[in-house]
Amino acid sequence: MIDSSTKKITLYIIFISVGFIFLLRLFWLQVVDDTYVRFAQNNVLNEEVVYPARGLVYDRDGKLLVYNDAIYDLMVVPERLKKLDTAGFCEVLGITREDFDKRFERIKKSKGYSKYRAVIFEKQLTIPVYAAFQEKLYDFTGFYVQTRTDRKYVYKSAAHVMGYIGEVTDKIIEQSKGYYRMGDYFGVNGIERSYENELRGTRGIKYVLVDVHNRAQGRYKDGLFDTASVAGLNVTTTLDHDLQEYGEKLIANKRGSIVAIEPSTGEILAIVSFPTYDPNLFIGRERGNNYMKLLRDPMKPLFNRPIAAPYPPGSIFKIIMSLVGQQEGVLNPNTTYGCARGASFGSVHVGCHPHPSPLPLRPGIAVSCNAYFCSVYRSVIDNRRYPTTEAAFDQWRKHVLSFGLGQRLGIDLPGEGTGNVPTSNYYSKIYGQGHWKASTTISLGIGQGELGITPLQMANVTAILANRGYYITPHIVKAIAGKKLNNPIFTEKHFTTVDTSYYGVVIDAMQDVVERGTATIARLKNIVVCGKTGTAQNPHGKDHSVFFAFAPRENPKIAIAVVIENAGFGATYAAPIASLMIEQYLTDTITRPWMEERLVNTDLIHQPATNETTTGKPAHTTH
Amino acid sequence: MRQQQENLHTQHIDWPTLLIYTIFVLAGWINIYAAVYEPEHSSIFDITQNYGKQMIWIGVSAFIALMIMLIDDKFFYAFSYMSYGLMIVLNIAVLFLSKEVKGAHAWFEIGSFRLQPAEFAKFATALTLARFMSHYDFSLKDQKHWYKVAAIILLPMGIILAQNDTGSALVYFSFVFVLYREGLPGWILFIGLALGIISVLALVMNPTTLIYILIGVGVVAVFLLRASKQGMILVAAVVLFCVGLVKGIDYLFYKLQPHQQQRVNVLLGKEVDLKGAGYNVHQSKIAIGSGGLLGKGFLEGTQTKFNFVPEQSTDFIFCTVGEEYGFLGSSVLIILFVVLFIRLIAIAERQRNRFNKIYGYCVASILFFHFTINIGMTIGVLPVIGIPLPFFSYGGSSLISFTILLFILLRLDASRVFQLRGSIY
Repeated sequence: MIDSSTKKITLYIIFISVGFIFLLRLFWLQVVDDTYVRFAQNNVLNEEVVYPARGLVYDRDGKLLVYNDAIYDLMVVPERLKKLDTAGFCEVLGITREDFDKRFERIKKSKGYSKYRAVIFEKQLTIPVYAAFQEKLYDFTGFYVQTRTDRKYVYKSAAHVMGYIGEVTDKIIEQSKGYYRMGDYFGVNGIERSYENELRGTRGIKYVLVDVHNRAQGRYKDGLFDTASVAGLNVTTTLDHDLQEYGEKLIANKRGSIVAIEPSTGEILAIVSFPTYDPNLFIGRERGNNYMKLLRDPMKPLFNRPIAAPYPPGSIFKIIMSLVGQQEGVLNPNTTYGCARGASFGSVHVGCHPHPSPLPLRPGIAVSCNAYFCSVYRSVIDNRRYPTTEAAFDQWRKHVLSFGLGQRLGIDLPGEGTGNVPTSNYYSKIYGQGHWKASTTISLGIGQGELGITPLQMANVTAILANRGYYITPHIVKAIAGKKLNNPIFTEKHFTTVDTSYYGVVIDAMQDVVERGTATIARLKNIVVCGKTGTAQNPHGKDHSVFFAFAPRENPKIAIAVVIENAGFGATYAAPIASLMIEQYLTDTITRPWMEERLVNTDLIHQPATNETTTGKPAHTTH
Repeated sequence: MRQQQENLHTQHIDWPTLLIYTIFVLAGWINIYAAVYEPEHSSIFDITQNYGKQMIWIGVSAFIALMIMLIDDKFFYAFSYMSYGLMIVLNIAVLFLSKEVKGAHAWFEIGSFRLQPAEFAKFATALTLARFMSHYDFSLKDQKHWYKVAAIILLPMGIILAQNDTGSALVYFSFVFVLYREGLPGWILFIGLALGIISVLALVMNPTTLIYILIGVGVVAVFLLRASKQGMILVAAVVLFCVGLVKGIDYLFYKLQPHQQQRVNVLLGKEVDLKGAGYNVHQSKIAIGSGGLLGKGFLEGTQTKFNFVPEQSTDFIFCTVGEEYGFLGSSVLIILFVVLFIRLIAIAERQRNRFNKIYGYCVASILFFHFTINIGMTIGVLPVIGIPLPFFSYGGSSLISFTILLFILLRLDASRVFQLRGSIY
């Protein structure tokens, strides 16, 4: 039986060697190779993001403008639904049985659906529903309430400044190189966007043990490796909330903008755009619908006029012409020009309104003589010092650009426009090189033609006048986390190419404008206001009413520009609005309630202004 | 007299085997508890959970084991063909009377309990094979007998395959060890093994390269053996056959459905697919591998407890052992199984009666096959074939059938004293 015993031994060997192979393999898997330990950690550790609260937003005096509100989303994990009292559930939530079924169908059809993953069943429960739910939640296994925060805007004002937050798009996620994740919110517009990095805070990470279905099973090492979320930094804006709100009150039902700047710092005190909207439309469950409604609104409430809309400046440009003319040596305070209800420049006749003639510079500004400034423009452009018209024009343009026109000023808000200051090339292309001169472009001298200036740029020019020759880039944020913003961009003085000495006569004239010129309506008791009216020609309809001013004359505290679209003369609407704003800001009292009342009650959108003041108005008249 | 006989049974029961059996069953129960543990049902006796149910199965098994020990040993010889017939009928019946569960028609549903007749066919086939092969004029060299043996094994195997329970059907291959012990020439076992290896290589390697290697091996063999003409022809024929095999397997592989191809590739390590076909094995390896030397401790296994491992209380129960008790615990389990196999072979070899001996080898072979396939699968050295780990895996049918299988042997073994001293009867 040798065969028999060898067979027995063979079987022993086979059985034992299999056991031995298994032991070797297990020794490798469990003791030698540690990759599986790491795999195991990835398997069971889930990074749970803890969302930080966004930073709060204050006005310059510390008044709270934007805060966070807790919102409660009703979540459901379909797999955990057990014996749901559907009728009772629907009653608490205030939905019908059909609604309930429909929602579940929609959830099941949604992308990436897993019955183990929590999905939002109802976004942002109202507080009473939330309270009712909390009481009965134990009845509704599978449902739970998740707390998040959303923005809440204390006031309806400054919507365009505040901007709004929205859910990140795929593109944003890609651009952020993985910072944002699906379902995150980020600043889409306004300071929510420009200060997103400061406002958003730092996300925390909580390590949670999960099972294969991603169901939480507890903290990992009792939170030893968790990082706390850090709330976003609070942002203090330069806005004076009272002034902002007052501006919005005055401009109501009139298309236009108001921009008020503190000249010495470049801080924006108020920046009003109308039509506007309630920023609270951009929070909560109706966010998307409201956005679409606003986007489709023919009134374009989302359009941020003060920083994006270019207007021909009209007569306020005469101030810049006065300064450029003096700097170029073709104008001095005693230069006089005649005007007989206008004057001819080449083949172009420029009309004007009746006033004494001839006039030197100061009264020329005060009465806003068109002929005078067309003449100034002509002497600048046809200056023999320059070999060609183009060269002289380029010099003129250089001066104009130094006032911050034709370029983005660099305000810390998204969507700023450049406005437009045409180049010599532009005219050379139209008329041919050497084939154009001052008379060809004469309307530029009185702020018409191809010029485009945003209300922000107008206010900035006013600030330059108030500072007698320089500006600081206008900005909307003053401090972050209580610390004064230390950004050289917002402290550097940008000097114009016009010497400070030339400003005196212009400022005298601007005082005259208010005290006995075209804008006496803007005069204030005890405060010297320096301003200039403008009527910007509008090829599409009634002219725009423009006014800019600063006050007080010495040591100015506020520089303001007002543009009211399709409102006619600058003195009609823009000047009184500016005047009331100045009074409000400097004295905190309104001495002319009748004026305020008239403005508040004027509705130029639904009942356009009558044309009585413009009948028989000659072409190219600006005041 | 009867009293004396019963005492003798318990006196002569093989205590080491009984001890290992008890350890396995209790350890299995505790591991099932750990694998599906839920704090909501924290009692191991909670019969709404798998561990509570397993407790019931352990009780039933103990009762059945006791009954077997009390039955006259001749009963099993007499009962063998009948049990075989009964099991064939049940297994055919289940084909038509069962609802489909995971693609298989293998379960009778009686209330909330499910019965898998394929499990019970194992001991019936083992008894029948033992009885047929223990016939005094039986010889494997006799072609008629050979066919009958093949029929006894292949009939239940075919029916179970039809139930779509591949794992249980493959178990019948384990009878090869019994046949080998009872006269099947060793070279058949060797050739079977060689063919298996070549088949696997045909799938893993580039077929053309493999063919060149085979031809090279043939040439070397001819030179080394200084083969005669006949020998050269034989070597050439073998090489030619192997080449044909490689080509055939290659052809068949591309005839497979893409998902089947993928399964084969994942199994052979040619493809890594951690979320799809390779998921089970990958998770199982993570669970076992993360156990380390000493394990994470009772109920501390995160991989198994949090359901990363599929079928964790049945086919993948070894993961819980590996994760919670580490290399130490899994070594103890492997060594205990090997000790059990050695003990079973020893028991088989000490039988004076061919029926008992063959049955003993059947038990050892079936348990060994289950052990090899199951552990090999969980540690990623063998394909995923769903069969339970004897005595450990959750399931009434498998626990009871393994108990019956083992205790019939213990009962037969307990009587060998009487059979030896035939004079007592």
